[in-house]
Amino acid sequence: MSHGGTRILLSSQREGQVSRFRAWVLLAIPLAAILFQVYVPLFFQFLGFLEMPLLVVMYFALMRRNPISGLLLGAGVGLAQDALSKNPLGMFGIVNTLVGYFAASVGMRIDVDQGVIRLLLSFFFCLFHQLMYWVLVRALLDQPLAFDVQRTLLKAVLNAVVGVSVFHFLDKLRETV
Amino acid sequence: MEAFLNRYRSISVLLLVILGQLLLIAYRVKNKQDVPLIRVWAVTAVSPAARVLEGLRGGSSGFLHSYIVLHDADTENRRLREENGQLKLENIFLKNELNRADRAKALQLFQARTASKAVAASIIMMGAGSSSREVFVDRGSTSGIMRGMAVVTPDGIVGIVRAAYPTASEVLLITDADFAAGVVTQKTQVRGTLKGDGTPTCRVDYVPAEDKVEAGDWFYTSGEDRVFPSGFPVGVIKSVRPAQPFQEILVEPVGLKAGQEDVLILTEGVHQEIPDTPVTNQPIYIAPPPPNSNTTVTDLPTGATGTEADRLRALYKSVGDAQNHTFGQGEPGSKPPDFSKLPVKPGTGAAATSPQPLTPNSQPPVSNPQPPPQPPTVRRSNQAAGAPGGPPKE
Repeated sequence: MSHGGTRILLSSQREGQVSRFRAWVLLAIPLAAILFQVYVPLFFQFLGFLEMPLLVVMYFALMRRNPISGLLLGAGVGLAQDALSKNPLGMFGIVNTLVGYFAASVGMRIDVDQGVIRLLLSFFFCLFHQLMYWVLVRALLDQPLAFDVQRTLLKAVLNAVVGVSVFHFLDKLRETV
Repeated sequence: MEAFLNRYRSISVLLLVILGQLLLIAYRVKNKQDVPLIRVWAVTAVSPAARVLEGLRGGSSGFLHSYIVLHDADTENRRLREENGQLKLENIFLKNELNRADRAKALQLFQARTASKAVAASIIMMGAGSSSREVFVDRGSTSGIMRGMAVVTPDGIVGIVRAAYPTASEVLLITDADFAAGVVTQKTQVRGTLKGDGTPTCRVDYVPAEDKVEAGDWFYTSGEDRVFPSGFPVGVIKSVRPAQPFQEILVEPVGLKAGQEDVLILTEGVHQEIPDTPVTNQPIYIAPPPPNSNTTVTDLPTGATGTEADRLRALYKSVGDAQNHTFGQGEPGSKPPDFSKLPVKPGTGAAATSPQPLTPNSQPPVSNPQPPPQPPTVRRSNQAAGAPGGPPKE
């Protein structure tokens, strides 16, 4: 399968280049994303739609192509989000864990350096994130959370567009081998 | 077994991690309490950074704004701006300090005015999650903040402390779906339960369909929830829809404002009186009768209540008295009083016993000595219909 003359599917895991990041990047960027989530919408309410921690989990999982580190990062970021919200611990944790795992699994098979692929993946995982969260709230907490399809789709599109830019910025923090 | 684990290592770790988190959720749901350490760690790790960010923003937002304005100014003024730059920077700095002091002063005034004891706090961040309806403030358990304390501003109630950590506290806003408080209307004293629904407005439940509430009425805290002292403003009714068995009432909160920074946490709440509705306490001016009015109503005697029917009753009674007739005692078929001899002029018949008639230029007696002499009658609308503004009963 190809897109614009470039192959999208990787024939083997070895074809995909694993990105490496410094330890401080892996700590500081998720922390900054959580800070963004809890602080910026306080003054810029229109930015409330952004799921920055999710985008960061997605990015590191896709680029590092390691399901275990992806799911652990997702669990850590998700639990931190839960701790800073009224959710029971584990709600965002489980959702982000799944996103981290699946994103890393996809990253092993698809060339995720292409902008279009990133856009589509961001859109898909944002949808997946919101759908899973809704399922968990309904199933585990038995709370009547509404699921607005139009709003969810719009949010996923906006997050995907912003996500591509964020990914581009985070690419600059990759270690050059 | 080892080969199996190696082969399915990723999925095994995934299942373990998810199972662990499911246990956390189950623990919370069953015991109604969280594992506090994780939240304490997270809040303690994030709140200092948020506090620094808030400090930087508060100190530099005005400066940056003015700095950009300076860049956009006319080039002809550039030289003067350079000369005066230092002074302007100082000015901006002082203005920022003044704004900050003004906000603090407003809170201080409110603190002094209310009988409740309160601790001032600043909002430093929101709860995580894009649909979050909770905020964190920079006062925690070390400042005496406890779970369940009310959070207010001089404008109205804001929320309730949901959790108190050492350096910060989590405040559930009144717009959150989990929020509830007892409220009462200002005018009609109708009671209900305020609930958030995740939108900028709130709703008031459990107001029976027969109770009278109208759009524009104010809700105040009733104090029955044992969280908010009574008498704090809650919001204005935006819409009322009749429904059975309870009305659907939407309320616009007055305590929550976008970009709000400072709040008060009530450490000791004291119940307050709900202020009276302004309209019912306002004196109502009643204009004098028109100069050429031929009305004879004022010529007639007034009863205790001074209505038209009372005047007529007194008039007919006076006619009966003049003819030695006692109403209610005549036999059937006996002669009724001659009502053709009704008094038509002031000062005759029944009118003779009545007070002096009002004329445009006369000064009527007024039961309330407070009003100014010009208006002939002034009464308060919330007083009983005893016509205090009318002529006194003789």
